[in-house]
Amino acid sequence: MSGEKILVVGNGMVGHYFVEKLRSHDANVDITVIGAEPRPAYDRVHLSSFFDGLTAADLALTTREHYKELNIEAHLGEQVVHIDRGKKQVETDLHRRFDYDNLVLATGSYPFVPPIEGADTKGCFVYRTIDDLGEIYAFAQHASSGVVVGGGLLGLEAANALKNLNLKTHVIEFAPGLMNVQLNRVAGETLQSEIETLGVQVHTEKNTTRINSSTEGRLTMEFSDGEELVTDMIVFSAGIRPHDSLADQAELEKGIRGGFIVNSECQTNDRDIYAIGECAAVSNQIFGLVAPGYRMADVVVSQLADGTLHFKGADMSTKLKLLGIDVGTIGDSLGRVSDSLKFDYKDERNQTYKQLVTDASCTKLLGATLVGDTSDYEILHQYVINEIALPSQPESLILPNINGGSNLLGVDALPASAIICSCHNVSKERIEASVSSGCHSVLEVKGDTAASSGCGGCAPLLQNLVENKLAELNIEVSNAICEHFPFSRQELYDIVRVEEIRTFKDLLHRHGTGLGCDICKPAVASMLASHWNEHILKDQHRGLQDTNDLYLGNMQKNGTYSIVPRVPGGEITPEKLIVLGQVAKEFDLYTKITGAQRIDLFGAEVHQLPSIWKRLIDAGFETGHAYGKALRTVKSCVGNTWCRYGVQDSVGMAIYLENRYKGLRSPHKIKMAVSGCTRECAEAQSKDVGVIATEKGWNLFVAGNGGMRPRHAELFATDLDDETLVKYIDRILMFYVRTADRLQRTSVWLEKLEGGIDYLKSVVIEDRLHLAQELEEQMEMLVDSYACEWKTTIEDPAKLKRFRHFVNSDEKDNTIQFVRERGQKRPAIVEA
Amino acid sequence: MSRTNWHRVCTTRDLILDAGICVLVEDQQIAIFNIELGTTENKLYAIDNFDPISKAAVLSRGIVGSIQNRVVVASPLYKQHFDLETGQCLEQSDVKLLTWPIRLNEDTVEIALDSQ
Repeated sequence: MSGEKILVVGNGMVGHYFVEKLRSHDANVDITVIGAEPRPAYDRVHLSSFFDGLTAADLALTTREHYKELNIEAHLGEQVVHIDRGKKQVETDLHRRFDYDNLVLATGSYPFVPPIEGADTKGCFVYRTIDDLGEIYAFAQHASSGVVVGGGLLGLEAANALKNLNLKTHVIEFAPGLMNVQLNRVAGETLQSEIETLGVQVHTEKNTTRINSSTEGRLTMEFSDGEELVTDMIVFSAGIRPHDSLADQAELEKGIRGGFIVNSECQTNDRDIYAIGECAAVSNQIFGLVAPGYRMADVVVSQLADGTLHFKGADMSTKLKLLGIDVGTIGDSLGRVSDSLKFDYKDERNQTYKQLVTDASCTKLLGATLVGDTSDYEILHQYVINEIALPSQPESLILPNINGGSNLLGVDALPASAIICSCHNVSKERIEASVSSGCHSVLEVKGDTAASSGCGGCAPLLQNLVENKLAELNIEVSNAICEHFPFSRQELYDIVRVEEIRTFKDLLHRHGTGLGCDICKPAVASMLASHWNEHILKDQHRGLQDTNDLYLGNMQKNGTYSIVPRVPGGEITPEKLIVLGQVAKEFDLYTKITGAQRIDLFGAEVHQLPSIWKRLIDAGFETGHAYGKALRTVKSCVGNTWCRYGVQDSVGMAIYLENRYKGLRSPHKIKMAVSGCTRECAEAQSKDVGVIATEKGWNLFVAGNGGMRPRHAELFATDLDDETLVKYIDRILMFYVRTADRLQRTSVWLEKLEGGIDYLKSVVIEDRLHLAQELEEQMEMLVDSYACEWKTTIEDPAKLKRFRHFVNSDEKDNTIQFVRERGQKRPAIVEA
Repeated sequence: MSRTNWHRVCTTRDLILDAGICVLVEDQQIAIFNIELGTTENKLYAIDNFDPISKAAVLSRGIVGSIQNRVVVASPLYKQHFDLETGQCLEQSDVKLLTWPIRLNEDTVEIALDSQ
């Protein structure tokens, strides 16, 4: 199909779905869209949300720019008025002509206005487009009562809108009951009585004959039974009719109730012209829901690519809230099949009604109706669409379980092939695979699979499935940091900041329960450090510190510690190197060079730590924070001072950065590197912050990661001068400290950050959140208040007192045993 | 009935609020925790300092807290939690630490070694 011209008429939900599908299927096919509405496709299913404050932009499914990116030519606000099948050309109301190889009609439908005299009077509206709703809203500001003509699904939705606009609301229905297309008499009555308790007056079996307008602008409706009703405005919502006006002129066949007749390939009687969505009639049936329209779109995409997909009818089940009342109908809810059986349950106290329709043998569920309580909708729906065998007493599925709990299947019991989202045809299997592959929230799974992004009816089921799968994978679902605080790390951080909390006790007292634990305490200690930068071994902070922070060293497997002095940029004088050797020798410490251009001394016992550090500090060393969730090192290559390829002084920059950010406490460790040229010997692209020299300055990379899940850093900005580089790093790091989850490296943080790197750029470079100054000031405060934790510790007798294994004895811990290997000591293997 | 033998092990000045210390009593390493349970109530706990899972004498250096109303310490090495009242490991039902009666005698902390 590449190179062919595909012309789509109509840019509603189905037309839009079709062009996106087609484009993702074929990057080269020539796609043109002509839509009559002035704005690109929007979510008509949730149109009423417009009254809840959602704007046209919120409802938009796409933008003109997005179409441009997809190389889709869109002409909006322009209507096709003529099809020339011979020339394979259409003409618009602007007298422009467009050629096609294949024409796809997705013209949708229009609201049916009964042929009533006066139905076009001022104050009469329809309920179909954003513009319609805008007009209704404006008019309602000066009205006190409104009438909706039509007691079907859309009519009740319109009634809800009028009611929310504070109008005295009436519903006029021609048939004996509400929603008579979907609901049986009892269900309709249940719904009606519930609606009337809300103050909406329902008039059934009313035939409007005439609408008169008075001089004061009020409208009088006359009914065939002689009664009258006076109101300020009238909204017609009495069903839809397919938009098939092009059919007659183009000699395309129409169905009995209108619509372009199509076969199961969605082709009209002209093989090059397809029709999809509400304008198409399949076996004389119009499908007035979005899901079947999407299926038809899939069929046409497949057909254009010589595929074999056919449209085989559609599931018309729906679940919605009408005026706040839950209503659900599933499958053959009216029991049209001849020998079906019905099971009813009606509860007048709680105003609920449930009915099951089964086959004659009671083994298969054919349909169901739920009014007032649709909590069982998803599972009953699964019984129907996946033909799950019914229990021996099907009525148990709708009867209240006296013993509590539910009689229904859980999502676990659904087969893997079960279709969860029928709008986008997403199976249980696909959703579980998405969770397993790393999508750990409903939002992410939605993005990955498109599940629940159509009508949204499967949202509870999707949520359930995602949560179950996460539990199965042992992944924490709640974003609460632990059982002691019902907040995420970011929320706690904001609380600490806004309320200026300085101790864990205070935070726990104000916002938590219990005593805290090894999850929340170190996390809060880190936040307190980011704000106040007090010594982490102050009495009130001491009990919060993680294993390594507590003794300012990394605890090894036998309870001894390792010592890593800071060697900024990996540059070290021979004198200092000698001191390290002497100290290691004197205290008999196992010595190893680390991957981060430092030297690690292992096997120190708690009581030895102060004397070792005294020696190191006297020689000019500082703590390396190898034990902390903090900046570790800034690795560097030798740069242009020695290297014949280097273009900048990478060692100088690395030392500057390491000294600037040393001691910065963060949600997880932070690693940096600076390379002196594009050869990238310092491996900066595997670091949280990577800096690579260019001829003109520095390129900045962020959110790289080695370790368990390696990730290349992303390019953030190019050719920065020194000052701008540091400014950006300040802002990025502080923003990370503020917003990341506990133990979340920058790589995962950026992946989870909505909007990703572009958003981060907008915050850091364009200062979209007006935070830049605050972030810089906070960093400046931390830089200014830095003090080497080991230096202040060895100067404080109270803190030194804690560096003893026993408080009542000078004995050593006799469980620590070493053996020698390759000329150095290592922990002995402890027998059980 | 065996006579309870109270050992004086340290003073209140050696204790750290909401954290642990370690004492040596007749070759036994005992971790002592001083936990503020309410705004006024402090409670002392004495459990074995040796973590049988990591096989290191480190429990006095763990973070204390509560898990579902049980007062616990988390091992600093592999983070298993031990109930300070009973010594029971929350993650492994077959691991239970020794605990000892502990009391305050004016400023002196005392542990009874011969009963459990």
